[in-house]
Amino acid sequence: MPEIQANLLELQNVVVTYGVINALQNVSLNVSKGSIVTLLGGNGAGKTTTLRAISALVPVKSGQVLYQGEEITNLKAHQIVSRGLAHVPEGRMVFSNLTVLENLQMGAYLRKDKKKIKSQLEFVFTTFPRLQERAKQIAGTLSGGEQQMLAIGRALMSEPQFLMLDEPSLGIAPLLVKTIFEKIVEINREQKITILLVEQNANLALEISDYGYVLETGRIILQDRSYSLRNNPDIRKAYLGG
Amino acid sequence: MQHRPKTFLIGALACALGTSFLAPYLNPYYLDVILTVGINIVLAVSLNLVNGYTGQFSLGHAGFMAIGAYASAAFTLFAAPAIFPNANGWVTQAVFFLALLLGGGIAAAAGIVVGAPSLRLKGDYLAIVTLGFGEIIRVLLRNVDSLGGALGLNGIPFYTNLFWVAVWAILTIYVVLALVHSTFGRGFLAVRDDEVAAEAMGINTTRYKIIAFVVSAFFAGIAGGLYGHLKSSIDPKGFDFMRSIEIVVMVILGGMANTRGVILAAILLTLLPEVLRPVAEYRMVIYSLLLIILMLTRPQGLFSFRSNRPSVRTP
Repeated sequence: MPEIQANLLELQNVVVTYGVINALQNVSLNVSKGSIVTLLGGNGAGKTTTLRAISALVPVKSGQVLYQGEEITNLKAHQIVSRGLAHVPEGRMVFSNLTVLENLQMGAYLRKDKKKIKSQLEFVFTTFPRLQERAKQIAGTLSGGEQQMLAIGRALMSEPQFLMLDEPSLGIAPLLVKTIFEKIVEINREQKITILLVEQNANLALEISDYGYVLETGRIILQDRSYSLRNNPDIRKAYLGG
Repeated sequence: MQHRPKTFLIGALACALGTSFLAPYLNPYYLDVILTVGINIVLAVSLNLVNGYTGQFSLGHAGFMAIGAYASAAFTLFAAPAIFPNANGWVTQAVFFLALLLGGGIAAAAGIVVGAPSLRLKGDYLAIVTLGFGEIIRVLLRNVDSLGGALGLNGIPFYTNLFWVAVWAILTIYVVLALVHSTFGRGFLAVRDDEVAAEAMGINTTRYKIIAFVVSAFFAGIAGGLYGHLKSSIDPKGFDFMRSIEIVVMVILGGMANTRGVILAAILLTLLPEVLRPVAEYRMVIYSLLLIILMLTRPQGLFSFRSNRPSVRTP
């Protein structure tokens, strides 16, 4: 368990609405530097919306998003990326008509330093050797797990300090899920990248994370160290299959 | 083209210059058809940047064409005689070039005005807005008396020749291809493939869409100028909704984001009505029927055989 340090990301009473429906109601959460934090909850609880609100893909109605102590609420999406936040959207949104290599290069879109881009590319290839093997392949022809690796690799290309992962295990072969989660831990430990993870697979998510929040219909109903959450009887019953 | 864009450009321009000497030996009817083909290539290839590569759906290309046609015709008719009295030879060519640039420039400016607010819309909504824009331009032109109202502008000098049409067709193809094959241009394809992911990567998607729109409008304006100085008379009816549809059909038939296919489709769809002239009154019926058959049998585009994504050279 790493030392709990200053908050890298802080949400204060964030409200997001879709029309008349409140998707998030006063969500407050903290992600401390260097940690892995997970957001748990059922379908429609607001997990994805939380990530989208942070990266300005949906407008925040009220409340604040602070990154490194500075307010980033409702900056433009590309401004947020340039501050070192990267978002891997749900459902492996790779650019399906571009090659693997081109997808990765798109990830470094806002980076200008060619040397750094190259070393970052090498890092992504060592983390996911599969991507190197398939560098020239059209991304749409990759398997689900490979596309997920690509989506994560692409996000890493922007040299983020903070990485948001939206359901990395969704629709992926169980064997690959394990690999991907190992890689997530590796990225966190070795690159010192703080991670905010949204997962349906609560077991796995609590296993690798330091701290967890449980969302239900747009509200945070519970938060604790992941270890304690795993042993919480309510959580066990609701999310961990008894 | 992919591998030696500069060589392609210089070679093609040299060919254009060479073929333009053939013009006097051609039957005027054939020459007119060839020039129309060239203008349609400019229109279709430029629209393909928006509808094909960037994945937006614009139905207002005729509107930009109209702006270019009127602006450049007004320049050669009203402004040029005052600025360059007794122009001849090279000077007229320069006047024409300026007129075209003016038409393209004003069309591009209109592209920003229309694009900036409307490109936040997607799919069908964007199609409707651009369709509305095209109609506004047409109705506006019909009611401006200084631009001839419903009669349009007549007596525009015949400046359009094989050389200028070839030059602009080549430039259009070059600019569009160079743009989408560049590292910067990969953003267009990213916007088309997945807008949310593109945004999450830090791509300013609105900016890309506006750039595509403005470049495309510029060339539509140029095409309008060439058209006006070819036909010598333009009127608002010539730039109606059907004109836009014709260009969209060329793009769809050629295969979205497939410049080679779009060029071939522009040639084919310009020649088809001409070839069908002998059957007179059934001409448009057969033309429409052929379109339906082509769409049913080759929905991916007539000339789309392989994956038509542009390959970007990797360092």
